Amino acid sequence: MLKITNLHANIGDKEILKGINLEVKPGEIHAIMGPNGSGKSTLSSVIAGREDYEITAGHIDFEGEDLSDLEADERAHKGIFLSFQYPVEIPGVTVTNFIKTAINETRKARGQEPMPANIMLKQMREKMGLLEIDSAFLSRSLNTGFSGGEKKRNEIFQMAMLEPKLAILDETDSGLDIDALRIVSNGVNKLKSDKNAIIVITHYQRLLDYIVPDFVHVLHQGRIVKSGDKSLAHELESKGYDWLKEEAAL
Amino acid sequence: MKTEESYLDEVTASEYKYGFYTDIESDKVPPGLNEDVIRIISAKKGEPQWMTDWRLDAYKQFLKMTEPDWANVHYNKPDLQSISFYSAPKRKKELESLDEVDPELLKTFAKLGISLDEQKRLSGVAMDVVVDSISVKTTFREKLGEMGIIFCSISDAIKDYPELVKKYLGTVVPRSDNFYAALNSAVFTDGSFCYIPKGVRCPMELSTYFRINEAGTGQFERTLLIADEGSYVSYLEGCTAPMRDENQLHAAVVELVALDDAEIKYSTVQNWYPGDKNGKGGVFNFVTKRGICERNAKISWTQVETGSAVTWKYPSCILKGENSVGEFYSVAVTNNYQQADTGTKMIHLGKNTKSTIISKGICAGKSNGSYRGLVKIGPRAENARNFSQCDSLLMGSSCGSHTFPYIETQNKSAKVEHEATTSKIGEDQIFYCKQRGIGEEEAIALIVNGYCKDVLNQLPMEFAVEAQKLLAISLEGSVG
Repeated sequence: MLKITNLHANIGDKEILKGINLEVKPGEIHAIMGPNGSGKSTLSSVIAGREDYEITAGHIDFEGEDLSDLEADERAHKGIFLSFQYPVEIPGVTVTNFIKTAINETRKARGQEPMPANIMLKQMREKMGLLEIDSAFLSRSLNTGFSGGEKKRNEIFQMAMLEPKLAILDETDSGLDIDALRIVSNGVNKLKSDKNAIIVITHYQRLLDYIVPDFVHVLHQGRIVKSGDKSLAHELESKGYDWLKEEAAL
Repeated sequence: MKTEESYLDEVTASEYKYGFYTDIESDKVPPGLNEDVIRIISAKKGEPQWMTDWRLDAYKQFLKMTEPDWANVHYNKPDLQSISFYSAPKRKKELESLDEVDPELLKTFAKLGISLDEQKRLSGVAMDVVVDSISVKTTFREKLGEMGIIFCSISDAIKDYPELVKKYLGTVVPRSDNFYAALNSAVFTDGSFCYIPKGVRCPMELSTYFRINEAGTGQFERTLLIADEGSYVSYLEGCTAPMRDENQLHAAVVELVALDDAEIKYSTVQNWYPGDKNGKGGVFNFVTKRGICERNAKISWTQVETGSAVTWKYPSCILKGENSVGEFYSVAVTNNYQQADTGTKMIHLGKNTKSTIISKGICAGKSNGSYRGLVKIGPRAENARNFSQCDSLLMGSSCGSHTFPYIETQNKSAKVEHEATTSKIGEDQIFYCKQRGIGEEEAIALIVNGYCKDVLNQLPMEFAVEAQKLLAISLEGSVG
């Protein structure tokens, strides 16, 4: 589904990603861990098509197509979703209106008719139940005055509504208390199928107790320095990153 | 990939979409302004002597005045001697039905999406359409007439309801009020008149579409709206103008009178031709709008301003009666080389008077937008309250936004609050929307409409939809 080959990316003159290789197949969950500043969020932004970054070498293929020339919205239309670490506020635009616009713009790009209002409402109710979201939430301005937990829940709610093929969860666990973490993770797990894939970006093992990865990759200084199964995450939890940094330096 | 800057450049440099020109035979006076021209206008309109005298008196006061230059706008002052002050579509006979309306005119309405028959059939909106200076068609007058509501052109009102006109014309905006009000008083050619009798709640939105048409013709509308005791009316005014190369002067006067316990809601969507993307041409819009509130009365101004090359406009309320309420909700968009200096005046004279000001400026391209507002609390205005919120949204880095709030209080019990913010449409917001599949243009429309929501919510439903479209058109590139 996603194939990243020798990816190098800059912001300004600074090289952040220095040769990333990663392959994600349908049905898989990959976790990307690593210390602060290792390039985790850059990787997610580059996959989603943020314009501040320049790809200097390598490429990202999604379902066999090179993404380089596609705008962020075109990538979204292909089924790539990014749950933001810091979701932005858009005052005056309700959650409902935003999701409705997102769904219908995506449908338009795919040559489909707008989703009938009653079906949309039904889906919203269903997914709200899944994430234990109160209906008053829908008429609030997008992320405006939301708590950290509400923002993250709103991200996963949008993911549930948009049904992406590939979802990248960028530090979705930060700002969540333990109950919210459980609810959000449950929601993510229920959305998981053998046709879609998830990349979980996190600092901590604790999220991976709920969303269990098939693969764990450690990012350090813009490169994946180690890959393994979920036991790697436990190892990191007990030993920290320093042993990997030393290993990488050898 | 495009940078945000280059994208904004592209979308903000879009051409005016309602630029077209209708070819209707016009009957106009030679350019220039003097007493004879005013007599000709008055005679052509078949006015009584008192009206001619009223105009001539206004002209005498006008001659003593000079064009104001305190506003934060820069333009070449229009040469009044090169303007023709009267232009009317030639009427062959009185019109009985739409079939008799000039087909060219109907086409114009169709382009604007406001064809009369559709309006009549679908929306229940009574239309008093002003093309250039003469009212071509008035609908629903009969139905309104049954309730004693008068809704007609000001020319007809001068002939048919002289007592009402004499009693109120020039009482809210005196002829000597300012340069352009004096000019309007001398040469106004048409406009609307509305009277709502005591205790009557007008059952429909009253609507007038204005349109500047003939090249080189200044348009000087005059609107007088009287809501008698305990009555209510919602009035809509909207306009688009055809693309022109030369500057067109538009100097309207609107007077609102809300007697005891009456309420007037006055909504405007303004989309005069703003000039091309190099700042050439465009309408000069120098408008005086003011209302007076007697006891327990309320006047609410809502405006969505997207057009004109230069705008100079301050819809105001004189809160004379105790417990009266004034409101001003405004969205002002400037793009390319547009300049707008707009705001309001809330003059609190009576006890327990309240006013609210919500102003949302949006500046794009190389434009300049200013909010200028006065809140004045008179010595007898015990417990007067005002709340003002003035926000500016900037798109790109070549535009300018300014806020000039003036507060004068002569009563210690007054409470006046002022809040202001300035923000930019962030790259983060646009990226967030794009990540969800919402394209850049759609994202900007979404963000802008969200930003203006508090004002758009004040508009009647259908008007709000139209205003949203207009905002999108004003700020985006060629959609679709």
